[in-house]
Amino acid sequence: MDKTINQKAWFLVLPVFLVVAFSAVLPLMTVVNYSMQDTFGNNQFFWNGVGWFKELLDPSTDLGGRFLASLGRNLFFSAVILAIEVPLGIVVALSMPREGWSVAACLVILALPLLIPWNVVGTIWQIFGRPDIGLLGYVLNHLGFNYNYVANDVDAWVTVIVMDVWHWTSLVALLCYAGLKSIPDAYYQAAQIDGASRWAVFKAIQLPKMNRVLLIAVLLRFMDSFMIYTEPFVVTGGGPGNSTTFVSIELVKIALGQFDLGKAAALSLAYNLIILIVCWVFYTVMTNAGSERPVKEGAA
Amino acid sequence: MARIDLVDLAQSYNGNDAPLESFALKPVTMTWRQGGAYALLGPSGCGKTTLLNLISGIVTPSRGQILFDGRDITPLSTQKRNIAQVFQFPVIYDTMTVGENLAFPLKNRGIAKAEVNARVKQIADLLDLTPYLNRKATRLTADAKQKISLGRGLVRSDVAAVLFDEPLTVIDPELKWQLRSKLKALHRELDLTMIYVTHDQTEALTFADTVVVMHDGRVVQSGTPAELFDKPAHTFVGYFIGSPGMNIVPAEVSGHEARIDGHVIGLHRNYGVLPAGKKIEIGVRPEFVDVAAPASGLLSATIERIDDLGRIQFARVRVGNTKLAARVPPGFSVSGDTAGLIFNPAYVHVYADSHLVEGVA
Repeated sequence: MDKTINQKAWFLVLPVFLVVAFSAVLPLMTVVNYSMQDTFGNNQFFWNGVGWFKELLDPSTDLGGRFLASLGRNLFFSAVILAIEVPLGIVVALSMPREGWSVAACLVILALPLLIPWNVVGTIWQIFGRPDIGLLGYVLNHLGFNYNYVANDVDAWVTVIVMDVWHWTSLVALLCYAGLKSIPDAYYQAAQIDGASRWAVFKAIQLPKMNRVLLIAVLLRFMDSFMIYTEPFVVTGGGPGNSTTFVSIELVKIALGQFDLGKAAALSLAYNLIILIVCWVFYTVMTNAGSERPVKEGAA
Repeated sequence: MARIDLVDLAQSYNGNDAPLESFALKPVTMTWRQGGAYALLGPSGCGKTTLLNLISGIVTPSRGQILFDGRDITPLSTQKRNIAQVFQFPVIYDTMTVGENLAFPLKNRGIAKAEVNARVKQIADLLDLTPYLNRKATRLTADAKQKISLGRGLVRSDVAAVLFDEPLTVIDPELKWQLRSKLKALHRELDLTMIYVTHDQTEALTFADTVVVMHDGRVVQSGTPAELFDKPAHTFVGYFIGSPGMNIVPAEVSGHEARIDGHVIGLHRNYGVLPAGKKIEIGVRPEFVDVAAPASGLLSATIERIDDLGRIQFARVRVGNTKLAARVPPGFSVSGDTAGLIFNPAYVHVYADSHLVEGVA
């Protein structure tokens, strides 16, 4: 049978082509274009080849130094908040009630921080931590701790980390809770019959069954914390000094503060690439974990 | 190894003060012999899983006691009872290998490694799981997983009874037979008390030497498959067991006679005068009613259709408003749509308010 040839379908795809072109492809290509050039304003551009990328990877230059230092801070930040939020989220999910009205109450309370806009979270903690008028800062200082996130690196870090934990542990907890709820009762009953201790139940049933949601939680939290901008910007502004300046903050400084479009473009491409790679690794891990096929008996 | 006694055991999910009629399990007193193969048979929601969970300790009874060899174990937790249970859906520990799965209950009880290995090996041999011992358990088929769940129960040497909660639900039909005969073989070999919950009468009748039929939270009869078939103690048993189920026909009974629509059927036993005000019915299995050519002296019936089961044919007939099934004797060919019914008096039972009435010989 001859295939009917009808090219009209192209018209149906065209709107998507246009939307994607203008919203993604063209801006991205503009950035690629910028990353190869230097500008001194007035819309005058000079070709620079891969110069910015070379600088980016060379810690002795200004651009490379700032990029690598902020990247290190970013990775450290992500590692710390993952190390806190994932176990804490699991503990919260495990201690949540399984039925009754208290379930709804817990879910609402957990969802609250997630509903607050980033800059408001920043503002809340910025005021909360102030030694003069903030509840936390005032109390800590009157208890004899010399706490001042504006002046002390460690205090600034602690504030930013605690703020992120406060804001996002709920997400991990909610995901874990969903994972826990999907475990059939028979597993717990079987474990009871097998004489499993609380810890053995956690290790043999709950943790493996939460596997998937935990992967999603880690992925989401890594991405979010790696791209964090608003909250530390509002609370510490990247300071004191550069101690809480993350890659995104550095990027905005270069692009909008110094108007170094070429450097900023190169940096944002590198930034994007890192996120893409991490995404890909996670995606591969997750799909591989899901592709387990049962092996027929006797096939071995 | 133990005899299990249930004393006045009852369970209500709506609190102990709820009316008895709402109990998921109405008070039951019965004994499970050491080494018996039992089937708990009944439709969904009849309380059979509740009874099973009470024995294993997953559910604490509202009333009554459970005795293992005369010792009251009602307050003991599941861990402390020597019970193994296999669930409807195979429960396996995903991260462990088959061997680790089997060893899990022993490890939890702090048993020495050498003994654990020996037991695991023995049970794996018994269940034909030896080639898979080092495989991850998640990657196996449903029937292999179900064998692992069973193995985790059997691996404990102190186990008093193995409870099965519809364990073959998710197994392919062809493998069901294999697995069921495996269970039978294990039962003979290990001398364990096995209680098998199912709503499938074939499964129950082929597995068990004693079948306990439950209906609406009550045990209505317990006996050998033959007893259940020949002499159902309750119309529900007659109807539920056998395919097609027993014919239940409203009748008037006195002495040696039952009357259906004025037609007299002879009975094997003497029933005297039955108490008034009760609903009197006679029950007879289709296998013991033969279709014959219409004749005077035979109860006449209208034939609605013939079900050919291959080895045997059943005629679906109607007497007045009552539908019956009757055997078409070999060599008899149905002509026309009326027929006479011949009852075998030895197998006609009389029921008052659904319960069997014992006649006098």
